[in-house]
Amino acid sequence: MGSPIKIKAKLKGDVAEVKALMPHPMESGVRVDADTGQPVPKHYIQEVVCKHNGKVVTTAFWGTGVSKDPYMAFSFKNAKAGDKLEISWRDNTGDSSVTEVDLK
Amino acid sequence: MKLQRRALIRSLFTAAAVLAVPRWLFAARPDKAFDEKKADAVLSDLFDGPITESDQVTLKIPDIAENGAVVPVSVSTDLPDVESISVIVDNNPTPLAAMFELSPDSVADISVRIKMGESSVVRTVVKAGGKFYSASKEVKVTIGGCGG
Repeated sequence: MGSPIKIKAKLKGDVAEVKALMPHPMESGVRVDADTGQPVPKHYIQEVVCKHNGKVVTTAFWGTGVSKDPYMAFSFKNAKAGDKLEISWRDNTGDSSVTEVDLK
Repeated sequence: MKLQRRALIRSLFTAAAVLAVPRWLFAARPDKAFDEKKADAVLSDLFDGPITESDQVTLKIPDIAENGAVVPVSVSTDLPDVESISVIVDNNPTPLAAMFELSPDSVADISVRIKMGESSVVRTVVKAGGKFYSASKEVKVTIGGCGG
């Protein structure tokens, strides 16, 4: 199980503005370990799914070109206080993480 | 007989549900496009139509990135019916950095932080109403972000 996702969601009228931070190494497979001289294997998030009350509002597909500890921001309409926002990711090793917050 | 009718009704409901699926059905990750080594190959894998430069697509990214490991990028557009937003870094080993699939509830405004190995053209392609629109910018990188 990966680290929990840090989610900041702010309601502006019926629009939810969401910022998410996902602690993850995001190894591209290109970096060489300074001690061993060996390339560090690829280890990166491939898919992020964002659900509003169980319904997918945004899916992000990522390659190795997204920075370490990825940050993403997005917004969606028809949101109100008390609604559930769930963000989950899955990486290339099959590891995953899911975090849910209430909008307020 | 009664059971059969129930099964028939159930299958009709299933068919209706399948037909009712909107065109915003979320697709699978385009793995091939993410493995491509050339930006042109990414574009032809992902977009089956002409891509038009559009001033309705706003790409926000610094002119000079002091640290290529963390380059903030935002894409927004006023175009209606936005289905996806992709971010492509031409000179990265694998140019496709990210592709966001949006829903009808989405506001077409996303941000993400990307890595840049060297100075490069960064482009975004927005799919809206079945058509493709782009914006691009040349970004200078002082310290590359792929070697670590």
